[in-house]
Amino acid sequence: MSNRLINWFRYASPQTFYPLAGRMIPWFWGLAAIFGVAGLGVGFLLAPADAQQGEGYRIIFLHVPASWMSMFIYLVMAFWAATGLAFNTRLSGMMASALAPTGALFAFLSLWTGALWGKPMWGTWWVWDARLTSELILLFLYIGFIALQAAIDDPRRADKAGAILALVGVVNIPIIYFSVQWWNTLHQGASVSLTRAPSMAAMMLWGMLLCALACWMYSIAVALMRVRVIMLERERHTDWVRALLAGRE
Amino acid sequence: MLSLIGAVIGRDLRLAMRRQADIVAAMFFFIIVVSLFPLGVGPEPEQLRRLAPGVLWVAALLATMLSLPRLFADDHRDGTLEQLALAPEPLALIVLGKVIAHWLVAGLPLVVLAPVLGIQFDLATDALAVLTLSLLIGTPALSGIGAIGAALTLGVRGGGVLLSLLVLPLYIPVLIFGAGAVDATVTGVGAQAHLSLLGALALGGVFFAPWPTAAALRIALE
Repeated sequence: MSNRLINWFRYASPQTFYPLAGRMIPWFWGLAAIFGVAGLGVGFLLAPADAQQGEGYRIIFLHVPASWMSMFIYLVMAFWAATGLAFNTRLSGMMASALAPTGALFAFLSLWTGALWGKPMWGTWWVWDARLTSELILLFLYIGFIALQAAIDDPRRADKAGAILALVGVVNIPIIYFSVQWWNTLHQGASVSLTRAPSMAAMMLWGMLLCALACWMYSIAVALMRVRVIMLERERHTDWVRALLAGRE
Repeated sequence: MLSLIGAVIGRDLRLAMRRQADIVAAMFFFIIVVSLFPLGVGPEPEQLRRLAPGVLWVAALLATMLSLPRLFADDHRDGTLEQLALAPEPLALIVLGKVIAHWLVAGLPLVVLAPVLGIQFDLATDALAVLTLSLLIGTPALSGIGAIGAALTLGVRGGGVLLSLLVLPLYIPVLIFGAGAVDATVTGVGAQAHLSLLGALALGGVFFAPWPTAAALRIALE
């Protein structure tokens, strides 16, 4: 029993996780490249032009995966935050702070590509649609998390404070989403309906799923790279980092 | 339990009364921000009536933000907070008392001022009544949710700006339903649904917020 527990928590220590992450990163980069090339190939070469939107719809292959990732990464971040608070593991907090910039990047990308898509399709860069507004608020939540962690010098305190904020945020996201949606239906005037399900060609769907997988792999690779840097920075006083750095010179 | 909350409220109110300038400053901030809008967008009564709910509610959010940093900062500085954290009673209850006291000092004055400022915006009587009622129901939620942010930013560099960055996105539902209630009255839909949801937010906020706040305070005191 105790043996299994030790195995389970073996990689919860930065010392053991650092080399493991180093070995995994190239694999995830490789997968990201393969999925990315495949997804963009399907998206740009095989998928037919949309009946209503012509070629312009092809930004969907970046827009939709970015939106999915921005929401999913917040959940993963909150998961690590909760794990860190519950088990008091150092690595969990590091993972949460490593994921936040990637999540913020995807939220921004989602808004940016959405604006680029909206201009030719709806004739406007921005509408106060429920989804756009919630995505914007999600970006604010990411920025708040990053700013809070950046403002606290003691990394242990920064981790825990960030964890509480992430958990409060995750509880609030559905409330915010539904309140914004309701607010939007009351102010129907300027909005454009995004909710009508497009009848999507199978090829488009495949392209989108492949691109989503590519974004997924990219997020994992980048988060692992960032967590490795965070590990070195925070554990610089420990023997294993000294030995590692001495071996590298 | 009630006597503990009562004691915390009494103590915080007494401290606030010794420093009335702080309360008055936040109230005048509210008045000034609201009065700036007609100067910025023009004095047409029709336009002002449409803007009034949003302007008054946003100003109320900002005025609450202004008084939040002091919720725990003074107690933190003179060590009272550590004594409170060491007390055998749950810290969340003490936080609840402080949240109620903060609402009495910072939220209630806004509720009292709002109808007067609403007249500046040419709101009708029923809209004024709903505006006051929505602020009365909604401002406790602002104090509750704000306490989380105040505890997280306690003793942190640039705490004030950071606090608004953390708390304002979480205030959005309160803003939507608070301003929406007044809007619904003006357009004749009826404010019942908005006010009910606002009440739910306020109850949820005041009930649940003390726990993460207490956890954040313990982290700050480590």
